[in-house]
Amino acid sequence: MSATTWAWLVLLFPLLGSIAIGLGFRALPTRAAGAIGTASIALAFVCGVATLIVLLGEDPDARHHASSLWDYASAAGLDIKLGIFVDPLSVFMVLVVTGVSTLIHLYSFGYMESDEGYHRFFSYLNFFVFSMLLLVLAGNFVLLIVGWAFVGFASYALISFWYRRATATKAGIKAFVINVVGDIGLVLAAILIFRELGTFEYEAVFAKAPEVFSVNEWTVTAICLLLLVGAFAKSAQLPLHTWLPDAMEGPTPVSALIHAATMVTAGVYLIARTHALFLLAPTAADIAAFVGLATLLVAGSIALVMTDLKRAIAYSTMSQIGYMVVGVSIGAYSAGMFHLMTHAFFKALLFMAAGSIIAAMANNQNIDEMSGFGKAMRFTSITFVCGGLALAAFPATSGFFSKDEILAYAHARGGMYDIFWVLGYVGALLTAIYTFRLVFRVLPGAPCKEAQELIDSGHVVHAEPRNPASGEVEDADVGFPGAEHHIAEQSWPMRAAMAILAFLALFGGLVQVPGIDDAITRFLDPVFADSALAAIQPSVGASWVGLGIGAVISLAGIGIAYYAYIVRPELPATLIERLRPVYTLLVNKWYFDELIDILVVRPALAIGRFANQTFERIVVDGIVTGTTDTVRGAGGIVRFVQSGFVRSYALLLVAGFAGLALYFLLSTS
Amino acid sequence: MEQVLFFAAAIGALGGAIGVVAMRNPFYGVLALIVHLFSLAVLFLLLTSAFVAAAQVVVYAGAVMVLYVFVVAYVGSGTESAWEPIPGQRFLAPLMGVALFVELSIAVIASSLLALGSRGPDVKAGFGDPAAIGNLLLERFLIPFEAASILLLLAAVGAVVLAGQRHGPGEGLTGSSSEHSAPEARSEGVPVGQSPGGSA
Amino acid sequence: MNIEWYVVLSSLLFAIGAMGILIRRSPIVILLCLELMLNAGNLALVAFSRMVGNQDGQIFAIVVMVVAACEVVVGLGLIVAIFRRRLPLDIDELRELRG
Repeated sequence: MSATTWAWLVLLFPLLGSIAIGLGFRALPTRAAGAIGTASIALAFVCGVATLIVLLGEDPDARHHASSLWDYASAAGLDIKLGIFVDPLSVFMVLVVTGVSTLIHLYSFGYMESDEGYHRFFSYLNFFVFSMLLLVLAGNFVLLIVGWAFVGFASYALISFWYRRATATKAGIKAFVINVVGDIGLVLAAILIFRELGTFEYEAVFAKAPEVFSVNEWTVTAICLLLLVGAFAKSAQLPLHTWLPDAMEGPTPVSALIHAATMVTAGVYLIARTHALFLLAPTAADIAAFVGLATLLVAGSIALVMTDLKRAIAYSTMSQIGYMVVGVSIGAYSAGMFHLMTHAFFKALLFMAAGSIIAAMANNQNIDEMSGFGKAMRFTSITFVCGGLALAAFPATSGFFSKDEILAYAHARGGMYDIFWVLGYVGALLTAIYTFRLVFRVLPGAPCKEAQELIDSGHVVHAEPRNPASGEVEDADVGFPGAEHHIAEQSWPMRAAMAILAFLALFGGLVQVPGIDDAITRFLDPVFADSALAAIQPSVGASWVGLGIGAVISLAGIGIAYYAYIVRPELPATLIERLRPVYTLLVNKWYFDELIDILVVRPALAIGRFANQTFERIVVDGIVTGTTDTVRGAGGIVRFVQSGFVRSYALLLVAGFAGLALYFLLSTS
Repeated sequence: MEQVLFFAAAIGALGGAIGVVAMRNPFYGVLALIVHLFSLAVLFLLLTSAFVAAAQVVVYAGAVMVLYVFVVAYVGSGTESAWEPIPGQRFLAPLMGVALFVELSIAVIASSLLALGSRGPDVKAGFGDPAAIGNLLLERFLIPFEAASILLLLAAVGAVVLAGQRHGPGEGLTGSSSEHSAPEARSEGVPVGQSPGGSA
Repeated sequence: MNIEWYVVLSSLLFAIGAMGILIRRSPIVILLCLELMLNAGNLALVAFSRMVGNQDGQIFAIVVMVVAACEVVVGLGLIVAIFRRRLPLDIDELRELRG
């Protein structure tokens, strides 16, 4: 079968799974929903592999196919099709998405077991995977927007999965609203593209763009900036990032899948896909790179002081996506995509391990209260450390190779881009520090109460269910987390998924060791062949020098964290006191939430209040009741004529007749 | 001679009209109207309409006015109150009357109907005689004649229904009249409003 | 006398009758004024009939007389009915038909 047929099947299975679970949830026994969900994504992965095989069997230059099922709109100059585009980049994304999703579905199979909304969860999760696949496989901008919007909806549905928690629904709305801002940018960009180039199809757009636009012309720059708005909203870059930490209200598998591996990488994919346009608008590309850099550093700094385990990992995600955005913006396309892949592995793993620990803590996410899990949960802590090593770019792990490849490229490009090289390493240092801060706070040391109970009895603590953010008591009914908590040690699906990811996190980077093999670059080469930037390759020597520097920085970061949290545990407190203003800034997340509140939320609410109280009351009601009042008043005036006095009627009659006669006299004279 | 008669009759008519409008007592008003009707009959004679003049006297002054006399006698001649409830009526009414008269006069005098300025064509001897009117009524104007008869029948029936006996209490503005009017209605056995003229 | 005189006289009588209706309050007097107006009309009709030279106007005047008679009959019947119900014979008091 052809590559596009397999690609259509990739789209089909998650959709069928979602619909089947969604419609049949009453009839299906609990574990069946999970099995169907996982199986459908696994099938999609298999079809993705098949597509890959077919693609690899073709000539490298011919590895791009567009296929459409039917026309949406073919009138008035529009020609929008339900069409997909299969090329190395989309297949790469398909494999990453379906592969990591299968493992996360497997993990959820065990983790969400006692949740009342189990079926709903898998239906939503399958729908999310379908939308993400639609997004990456889309062959034209309209279908991209459709997938983009579906992904936003799925994210909202999954963040506010425990919908009876007030904090969860607020977080879901916040994520959705910010995503909509991004959607607006994307739609406007699509409109501009259509207006300038007359088509939505990828191949046509990217072929025509160099002919129609000159470099840095304002139209193409505007298109790229609007695309960036969309990308930044979805990928949680400054300033549209405030939704990501709050999105941790969702269940841990959701955080692992959507907010680590897949949805937040959609922005990176978008920039990589439209790289032809960004080549024509270098200013926009530079802006993107600097925004990525800023996010990288700001998020890294905030992660240093976060006490909520999942939020700390969320800020880490934001920071790593900053690396990816920098990568695809400055021309290191395959390096950026490589980092996307490795990040998916180790970040999903970190979230899974964190989920296991939080379950052991009876849904308490505060690391101040966690310690000693190294002894209580061996498997979880080993996988946590594996993920942490990869994140901190410990030598020979996957994160090591991918992150340093981006930085080596930045140095190779030279000039202004050395800033990225230097600050990238600063960010790497921060990453190592905050990652191992988490590791050294949670795992070693005297076991906390919950850990002690695990060691003693092997039972997971059953505290009263509480909202970790607001502390209010919740029950275990639908709309709240389930009554039981499942840790990896007691659940084989969770262990299986985490084991596979640990392996990939540690050894997945070996496919792209500089000088030895470059499987990913070669695979993605045809996609980026039209870009002069992709031709810039750091020399092998320079790459190994970069790797060396990276190794040193990573070990230094781990060492600093070890010193601060194990050797001299009172050091952090002293530092906080010494640098209190800096600490306040970081703890308040650089005041972005407050800034957005003042700039956007308050004016919007004020407009709404104005519309409701003033405009609605005075203008609209005024027009409506004013009309009725006028009519009633006029009626009241006219009513006086009907006085009941016969003589006044007679007077009016005679007066009317006299008037009429006067008129006729005057008109004929 | 003719002018003298005209002016005499005109003054009579005007006097009667003003009398109707001005007299407080409606009985005197009825009498003034009778004078007015007689004057009009003279004017009709001056216009060689003998039959109409006769009909005016016999029917109008003879029957209709007698009906009025009966009713005024039954109802009584109460005077009206002096206070005017409708604002402006006392001022506007004469104004309207004057306006009406002025406009109509202008219409007549300045009319381009030149025949108005003459005394009319010479007519044959039997103009306006009963024979001539009778002929017309039964030949050219048969249908209006018959319609008028039916109208008279309807009026008669209507009058009987309107003023006929009522069994049961009658409604009044004053609630206490209910007991009063019941025996009143039954004792008023004579139906008022007999049709005065059976045929025109 | 020219026909003009008769017609002007008729319009004067008509105006007087109209004024009477507007001024007087007793229903009987109002009916009398109504008679005035009708007779003024009759006078005009007969005058024009003389002017034209045929008797159609006189027939018309006779029919008007019939109509006036009927209307008087009904009107007086109404007045008797009102009187029977002990209502004041004053058209300003009889004003239930108001808006």
